[in-house]
Amino acid sequence: MATIIIEVMPKRELLDPAGKAVHRSLLRDGNNSFTDVRIGKRFELSVEGAVTDVHLDKARAIAEELLSNGVIEDVVDIRVEDKN
Amino acid sequence: MRVGVVTFPGSLDDRDALRAVRLAGHTPVALWHEDHDLKDVDALVLPGGFSYGDYLRCGAIAARSPIMVDIVDAIGKGLPVLGICNGFQILMEAGVLPGGLIGNDHGQFICRDQELVVENTHTRWTAGFGDHQHITIPLKNGEGGYIADGETLKRVEGEGLVVFRYVGVNPNGSLHDIAGLRNEAGTVVGLMPHPEHAVEEGFGPDTNQAMRNGTDGLTFFTSLALEAVLR
Repeated sequence: MATIIIEVMPKRELLDPAGKAVHRSLLRDGNNSFTDVRIGKRFELSVEGAVTDVHLDKARAIAEELLSNGVIEDVVDIRVEDKN
Repeated sequence: MRVGVVTFPGSLDDRDALRAVRLAGHTPVALWHEDHDLKDVDALVLPGGFSYGDYLRCGAIAARSPIMVDIVDAIGKGLPVLGICNGFQILMEAGVLPGGLIGNDHGQFICRDQELVVENTHTRWTAGFGDHQHITIPLKNGEGGYIADGETLKRVEGEGLVVFRYVGVNPNGSLHDIAGLRNEAGTVVGLMPHPEHAVEEGFGPDTNQAMRNGTDGLTFFTSLALEAVLR
């Protein structure tokens, strides 16, 4: 079985309130070495057998049309991970 | 008029919207997200709530419901549609209104009686207001921050698509204090605050006259009958 990994992040220029809250929590705990935290999403699409180009094309389309909203997010990575 | 209210899994304010429709003198019609049937309504409301638990993104899954195909088609033919809160998010995810809504900048859910200024009365849902009238209706959301890229913002402002702006407090970090938008035709309006919760004395926001007697939200629904003012 193989898995297609799709990663989506909020756009750089936008405020990420969830990431900001986590960053504030880090600072409160004395972790001063991290200057920022941003939170995104990871989707795992599993397929039977090997990932084909058809799968990947479909995954790219789904990533743009459903899994992300281009107004507020970017698809930052689509890759294949084999699972044994 | 027959005014429909769509119920999605996780809709919360569909019953209040149906009630508001009735108090405004219209016939309320319950619609179901899985149907391809708008039941011959003359207008419809996409109500507030947390459709699909806000999974993926607020309104994203509801925007791809069976009934939304029919609604987007009907909007193209001039059907008046009001999107409230989650309904506003659904209209954006469906590509009907421009921009996006993200988490409130302060990171908290907020619930308050919110003052707004009516920026545009040339819509099917705001025709009964005066120009720049100030109104107060409840606001309750966690993800109500309006954002759009520079070009979209310029278009939204330039074409007069802003229908409501927050007054006094900007409760969620919305750009340009934008609380609600319309489409070019003025048939579709979406906003984060909740007009359906301010339609009956005794159950609305406080006013200077008495507690809980604010009914500014009722004008949204009575405006529907005022077609002549549209440009």
